[in-house]
Amino acid sequence: MSESLHCDLCGKPAKVHLTKVVKNQIQKVDLCEECAKSKGVTDGEVFSLADLLAKSFAGPLEEAVEADGMNLVCEQCGCSTRDFRKSGRLGCAACYDAMKPILEPLISGLHKGGRHQGKTPLRQWRRVVLRREVENVERDLQEAVKKEDFEAAARCRDQLGVLQAKLETPTATT
Amino acid sequence: MHILPILDTPAEVVPGGSPSGPIVLSTRIRLARNLRDFPFPGWAKEAQRREIFARCMTVANEAAPMKKSYVLDLAALNDLEKQVLVERHLISRELSAASPGAGVVISRDQGMAVMINEEDHLRIQVMRPGFQFKRVWKLADALDNALEEKLDLAFSPELGYLTACPTNVGTGLRASVMMHLPGLVLASQMEQVIRAVNQLGLAVRGWYGEGSEASGSIFQISNQQTLGESEEDIIKRVTSVLQTIVEQEQNARAKLLETDSAKLLDKIGRAYGTVRNAHLLTSVEAMNCLSLLRLAADLSLLPEAERARIDRLFIESQPGHVQLAARGTLETQKRDVARARFLREQVAPLPALNFDRAFEKN
Repeated sequence: MSESLHCDLCGKPAKVHLTKVVKNQIQKVDLCEECAKSKGVTDGEVFSLADLLAKSFAGPLEEAVEADGMNLVCEQCGCSTRDFRKSGRLGCAACYDAMKPILEPLISGLHKGGRHQGKTPLRQWRRVVLRREVENVERDLQEAVKKEDFEAAARCRDQLGVLQAKLETPTATT
Repeated sequence: MHILPILDTPAEVVPGGSPSGPIVLSTRIRLARNLRDFPFPGWAKEAQRREIFARCMTVANEAAPMKKSYVLDLAALNDLEKQVLVERHLISRELSAASPGAGVVISRDQGMAVMINEEDHLRIQVMRPGFQFKRVWKLADALDNALEEKLDLAFSPELGYLTACPTNVGTGLRASVMMHLPGLVLASQMEQVIRAVNQLGLAVRGWYGEGSEASGSIFQISNQQTLGESEEDIIKRVTSVLQTIVEQEQNARAKLLETDSAKLLDKIGRAYGTVRNAHLLTSVEAMNCLSLLRLAADLSLLPEAERARIDRLFIESQPGHVQLAARGTLETQKRDVARARFLREQVAPLPALNFDRAFEKN
């Protein structure tokens, strides 16, 4: 169906027509190809229609969740954005990745910031520290080999062995 | 009727020994955590929830901070037992309504609890009397670490602890205080205070958490946001708002004594007379009388040492507790009779109100 409409953003002839129904109200947006691409509206990709319509996600959970027209499904547990909309709850930890496009704006509207500033689970933190140590020792090993200091290289290799073993134990403790 | 051992011990609205002072009744920290390898409780199948319960219950029961803890499977409890646990703030209303697989592990001194399969797999809760965020956070942090040593938690470096509802993601922390604010209520200033607190990003709720009324002039102040700030910063924010409210409450009380002391003392006097003599008391009436008696203790009209008794009575006047004492369910009017009798007995040892002390400088 071809309509001679103009892009809502720049006025050029519109090729992409979006329709959304929210609470029995129809909202329409018409865009030219360039604007559609620049706003992230391309075939098969998920976009936030609400953002295009300059709607803010700062309101309560229910409103924000209603705003999107796409239905994403989490591969891990089968929960979809439609399920999320109904219950306000996600299905599993993997949903955060699967539904990132709608969760990201929602979360930044709900909270003080979008990035975690608090504590890290101890074991994960220990692994981060261990991995850094491994990187350092690997670097030292390469240095030693370059300088042909094979005693030092052997020491590094032993150290790496110990560190790798620690990383492999299920409850890694330092 | 079989009584759980835990319910046979006295109710502690302020567990952990020493009673609290005026205004701030208790401090509470709650942490929401989930296992990495299972769907969240609302999405998991019953068999999965049972497995989650088995794993979490074992780890929580064996955790160092939870020596000799009580382990309760909610499905094995009757409605009255669940109600009593809610009244003692040991479980939430959501948990008592949850599907099979829901349970709780409670520390011996009833100051710590780990709810299992409520909205999230794990809800760690630590409570102490008075204002004690430092201590409560230290305990909650330690319990969290002890559990995490044995359980793989859902966590992303970007978003923090992953929770069933995005409103709890990040720190998963709810830091709250229970405050007794009769001055602000009598001065009709609570609405303003609530509005101001809301604008600062904190929530104000009544006695039993979400969506309840503020009877007994007792309010719960807590943070609403959990992501984008460290745990310490969240606690700092709640602390500073709480300190402002304490000041305002103290000012409201001073003003009431200055400008309308007869009215205030009259209210207190009547409340005292009511609990000593009434034969029918609803829980709301009882709460309001006890609130005025607590104020009486704050103003030295009653010995300060009586505050601990009054705090205990706040809980023991609740419908679940009244029926527990009667060892069976009672319909409303019989409950009101039982409650009134219980309170008459409990306040009998109280000395008469000393009205002269109201005007002494502390």
